[in-house]
Amino acid sequence: MLVVIIFPVYYAFTMSTFNSKEAYSFPPRFLPSTHIWENYKTAWTTVNMGRLIFNSSFISVTVALAKIGLSIMAAFAFTYFGEFKGKFFFFTTILITHMLPLPIRIVPTYDLMRSFGWINTYYALTIPFFASATGTLLFRQLFLTVPPSLSDAARIDGAGPMRFLVNVLIPLSKTNIGALFLIEFTYMWNVYLWPMIITNSNNMRVVQIGIKMLLASEAQAADWNIIMAGTILAMLPPLLVLLIFQKTIMEGFSLKEEK
Amino acid sequence: MPGEEEFPRFQFSFRGGKMQRRFPNKVLPYLLVSPSIVVVIIFLVIPTIQSLYMSFFRVSPFGDRLIFVKLYNFTKLFKSTDYVHSLLITLVFAAAVVALGITIGLLISVVLNQRLKGLNYYRTLFIWTYAISPAVAGTIWALMFDPSSGPIVYIIKTLFNVKLNWMMNGNLALVIVIIAASWKMLGYNIIFFLAGLQTIPEELLEAASIDGASSVRKFFKITLPLLSPTTFFLLIMNMLYAFFQVFGLIDIMTKGGPGNATEVLVYKLYRDGFINLDTGFASAQSVVLFVFVAILTALQFKYAERRVFYG
Repeated sequence: MLVVIIFPVYYAFTMSTFNSKEAYSFPPRFLPSTHIWENYKTAWTTVNMGRLIFNSSFISVTVALAKIGLSIMAAFAFTYFGEFKGKFFFFTTILITHMLPLPIRIVPTYDLMRSFGWINTYYALTIPFFASATGTLLFRQLFLTVPPSLSDAARIDGAGPMRFLVNVLIPLSKTNIGALFLIEFTYMWNVYLWPMIITNSNNMRVVQIGIKMLLASEAQAADWNIIMAGTILAMLPPLLVLLIFQKTIMEGFSLKEEK
Repeated sequence: MPGEEEFPRFQFSFRGGKMQRRFPNKVLPYLLVSPSIVVVIIFLVIPTIQSLYMSFFRVSPFGDRLIFVKLYNFTKLFKSTDYVHSLLITLVFAAAVVALGITIGLLISVVLNQRLKGLNYYRTLFIWTYAISPAVAGTIWALMFDPSSGPIVYIIKTLFNVKLNWMMNGNLALVIVIIAASWKMLGYNIIFFLAGLQTIPEELLEAASIDGASSVRKFFKITLPLLSPTTFFLLIMNMLYAFFQVFGLIDIMTKGGPGNATEVLVYKLYRDGFINLDTGFASAQSVVLFVFVAILTALQFKYAERRVFYG
């Protein structure tokens, strides 16, 4: 059954090792060939892949870190300061991001970027993504399970709220931070529509759009072996992040189950 | 964008937090929430309101001013055969993607759950496939179904002597984008189903076996009802995905074609807003999409906490 999931990925990889004759053989070949190096090189240079990977990595890391930072701050405000005026309003405002996907505000958001002069900039590719309802909820939930005695102790010791946040809460949140980093990194790595409309210079394109460029570059007939080399390259960074955070994330994924 | 497309939406509750945990500080909470609030208001809330506002206007022929047209854009929308077609295609697409993704995902999870060995490796694999972008999934499936050399085309040709060409056949193209889109969500569905299956008490299933219940009966009478909160959660998530996140997949695979056979709502919206530059018309489409999100989100909030199988 797992073949259903794995085979397409396996075949995509196999394709990336063929020369163009093997790529179009019919019946198709199912065993890897030896042209891996030249295909990846061609894919890399055809669409300036180095730059695209840099752009995608830069925006993904920036957005993931910003989302984590901003949502920890907001969650801290919602859990450790009792009732303050406007708390409910702020909380719902952040939650509401769940209800406002890009398509329902795409034209005005684009116009806004234009009026800011942000077309083809990292600003447009990162800042509008900085808030996170998912993160805020996740950290709020976690902070609510931290025994109040900890903050009492901190207060008695004369530690201010920010010190408590940095020295106690953040170390306790490692698992969530790891899981959220993977989720947000992957999410940003995979965005397609927004970079497509907000950038048009080759220097500011991202990896996902690079695949589209590869598909379009060979005029009529796409050269599958080259396209697949690019596609495999586009799949690797999330895998890398996943392997780095693996342990943390396994715990993170079971987190969502309600207790 | 922010929020909505980050996939694992964590289920949460408003309960808890009755105990005292407070720092006496009047200014700090405002400083802490302000970055998030500023981003949400500037980049999400205001543009959404503008979308709604713009849906009542038309840009003058010279593009220099807005003309108030009341509900004109909406009547135009539902009188447009292209739009109604796109709406129907989207509903078919979403229903099929959800049904396929959830059934196959559940099937694989149940089988995997029986041999727990190496579950962690599998889980890594599924998380990775969840991390595959819609654009990449689209590219891979375009390869699988390549009319001249794709492996699936080859298999179908050998078995049934039928030559598939989805570049020419609209219905076939729709089927293939459905396959690609539901495949992309399989890993995600399996992760959540496996987590759900782990919470079902062994004793319950053993007791049923002792009473002589068959595995099929156990599945339908015990496993499935107990999994219903997970299933419901996945239903909503897959639906949101099918509505809002398939742009890259469609753009790579078909660009809405052949003809407009796979032109789902988000693709049509992009076309009208950014290629035909019909701002008012596109905004009306945004408003309709908002209604869909609102319904799905309301359902999610309403049932996220209740254990669905009780009622």
